[in-house]
Amino acid sequence: MEAEAAKFIGAGIATIGMGGAGIGLGHIFGNYLAGALRNPSAADGQFGRLIFGFAVTEALGIFSLLVALLLLFAV
Amino acid sequence: MANDPIHQFHITKLIPIEIGGLDLSFTNSSLFMVATVATAGAFLYLTTASRGLVPSRLQSISEMSYEFVANMLRDAAGTQGMRFFPLVFSLFMFVLMANLLGMFPYFFTVTSHIIVTFALSMLVIGTVVVYGFWKHGLKFLGLFVPQGVPGVLVPLVVAIEVVSFLSRPISLSVRLFANMLAGHITLKVFAGFVVSLASFGALGVGGAVLPLIMTVALTGLEFLVAFLQAYVFAVLTCMYLNDALHPSH
Repeated sequence: MEAEAAKFIGAGIATIGMGGAGIGLGHIFGNYLAGALRNPSAADGQFGRLIFGFAVTEALGIFSLLVALLLLFAV
Repeated sequence: MANDPIHQFHITKLIPIEIGGLDLSFTNSSLFMVATVATAGAFLYLTTASRGLVPSRLQSISEMSYEFVANMLRDAAGTQGMRFFPLVFSLFMFVLMANLLGMFPYFFTVTSHIIVTFALSMLVIGTVVVYGFWKHGLKFLGLFVPQGVPGVLVPLVVAIEVVSFLSRPISLSVRLFANMLAGHITLKVFAGFVVSLASFGALGVGGAVLPLIMTVALTGLEFLVAFLQAYVFAVLTCMYLNDALHPSH
């Protein structure tokens, strides 16, 4: 297999990692919404933590996107 | 003008400077770092120069950003943590302004290079480690031994905690870098689709509206990500500084 072809295949496989990030994000926001529906007055106070949790989970998905982009453009 | 998504990250030397064999040229990255500091500094200074007791709209923006970072630092690190406020506020404003300046067309995104974000995160971790050892001496290493762990497990837990601590500078820098890099590449790729589709004639121009709408939506998302990543960088900095101030878990 040529290196070029392997790069493209590797980039495609690397994007599978973002599925895990998607599941994690759905978990976070789903729990936030469930809690917000039970206790709406406390929801706004936790919004900052929601955004922080979103960012650190999204980061892992972005790491796998980074691997894909590195394979496509930088190797 | 190059039309591939990678050309925007190319470093060009504007003023070549070489001192003792080291390449210290003033590059486009340096230019935009100067622009970042100048813009942020000028904005904060000029909007608060009038010192109105009832703040004007622009003065409110500066005051609100000050309060936002102060509250974030106080929540994470307590009142003792406020001694790090200049560092955290500078980091937050620098990262935010650098991310936002990169959103303009043809401008260079300073934080889309790993060396820049790595330098910022090593500054944070270096501050944490140096301050931790200076203030607490060797008790700072108590950071790696959580309370309430059964004695048998302590070596394993300490090893895990050390690895987790060493991964902090990497995750802090790569998070910001990868978000900026991926966002800008995606924007250029969709913009390229607009041009590619439009080159197919009248029907193509009609179809090119779709990637154009996507590009607009992505630009909005990128503005959000610019704010979000600056906020997350600052919040994590506050948490790591809290570990330096209060090392026992």
